Amino acid sequence: MPSAFKKALNSGKFIVTCEVAPAKGTNLEKMTHHIELIKDKVDAMNVTDHQSSVMRFPSLGGALLVKELGGEPILQMTCRDRNRLALQADLLFASSRGINNVLCLTGDSVMLGDHKEAKGVFDLDSSQLVAAIKKLEKGKDMAGNELDGGVSFCAGAIVTPEAKPLEPQLIKFEKKIEAGAEFIQTQAVYDLDNFKKFMDYARQFPVKILAGIILLTSAPMARFMNKNVAGVFVPQDLIDEMAAAPKGGALNKGIEIAGRMIRKIKEENICDGVHIMAIGKEEKVIDIMAEAGLL
Amino acid sequence: MIRSITQQKPMEEIESLIDGINRVFIIGCGTCVTLTQTGGTMQVEAMKKSLSEKGKVVTGTTVVPVACDNLTADILREFEAQLKQADGLLIMTCAFGVQTIARQINKITVPALNTLFIGKETGAGEYNEVCTQCGTCVIGETGGICPVTACHKGLVNGPCGGTNNGKCEIDSNKDCAWTMIYNRLKELGRLDIMRIYKKPRNHLGEPSPGKFQIPA
Ligand code: SF4
Ligand code: SF4
Repeated sequence: MPSAFKKALNSGKFIVTCEVAPAKGTNLEKMTHHIELIKDKVDAMNVTDHQSSVMRFPSLGGALLVKELGGEPILQMTCRDRNRLALQADLLFASSRGINNVLCLTGDSVMLGDHKEAKGVFDLDSSQLVAAIKKLEKGKDMAGNELDGGVSFCAGAIVTPEAKPLEPQLIKFEKKIEAGAEFIQTQAVYDLDNFKKFMDYARQFPVKILAGIILLTSAPMARFMNKNVAGVFVPQDLIDEMAAAPKGGALNKGIEIAGRMIRKIKEENICDGVHIMAIGKEEKVIDIMAEAGLL
Repeated sequence: MIRSITQQKPMEEIESLIDGINRVFIIGCGTCVTLTQTGGTMQVEAMKKSLSEKGKVVTGTTVVPVACDNLTADILREFEAQLKQADGLLIMTCAFGVQTIARQINKITVPALNTLFIGKETGAGEYNEVCTQCGTCVIGETGGICPVTACHKGLVNGPCGGTNNGKCEIDSNKDCAWTMIYNRLKELGRLDIMRIYKKPRNHLGEPSPGKFQIPA
């Protein structure tokens, strides 16, 4: 049976997903609060997998929590920490607990996180993880052995439309689709004209595209991303707009900008939906959606 | 030419490794570590001075021509007396040299260097890691550039999302392997090779530890 998220993807409606960041520890109160606040307003909630290589409560545990609280989880899985045995095992477990949406990522280098001396695994890459999911769905593991009890997933992956150079990124994007990705979340986009160019190209593929929206919280944060986050480009006019916000009003300005972008994406039918990342300010997803006219 | 690329361990680590070894014999090497200035005559002399200042007795020093060569034992015979006086050997060669000497001389051996990688000389004084001997070579599919080694994550299907203006997400001084592979294949008019989906890598080329014997 297709997952609720897969049904939503195929319904043709404008899709909205957001992110849940697992706790650093076992206190799940904040996470639970975010999930309860947002779960009925979005089509699915992504649970991040040791985001930025910082060790946290596992994405699998977070996805279970979303499920238990009545939400629709998207399990993020990176290839950084597990080899192909562990990845497949976790997929079997996810399936057995009704977690049927998976976002496949290569994962950041461990060097960028808080356990810098750890060994990065990368036994598979994101496109191979998508292919592995498709193989499991056929009732076989990656080694070709029969499974006793199958799985059914909605597999997705990511793309960075602002990557420099772009073409190698697009070649990889096409491989992910060829491997069986049904939806693609993009890295944050801010320059919608540029994004439209990407969509002119991406439309030819049988895949749903969700534009990544990262909430800007201040002008310095926007400059920081431009300098330090690969594949993210905040145009100068948006930085100026953030900088011109009255004292204490930057966050609201960021919400306004995010809402405005989502509204434009929806009204102009630029892509199939959005993936909202309100990093550290998850409760603001509601305000962004309100601003975008989605509530 | 390939070279063993080394870096001196932090002095505190060396001191803790030779804690309790009061009489030390220091060995350098005239090949790779001389080129990289990590275990040549000058560095051995500097180490001798530094350890003497810290109260160690340096019973002798030498820089052997090629530490990883099996002949090293014969060369060291010349220093038999000084070696005998020492409680331990501090070796300023790559780990191949350290292991060669450890096998040949019946003394505790302490490496003073970390062996970083086997590098190819790519410019004056510049070395790059271009192959990590994975046992199942894939560079026929990547324009002769090794994604297993030159890509920080060893990816074989194209770049991750971390490529930053052609540099790797871990270090703006390191080229993104997949930008290099893309440029090379594009230049050759063979981007079609890059578009082919590559299966997960086979890590069973030669299970570690590698072993080879010319068939009889
Ligand atoms: S794929 Fe890379 S690491 Fe493996 S043998 Fe070839 S060049 Fe060396
Ligand atoms: S930035 Fe390039 S070299 Fe670095 S890990 Fe990603 S693909 Fe590999």
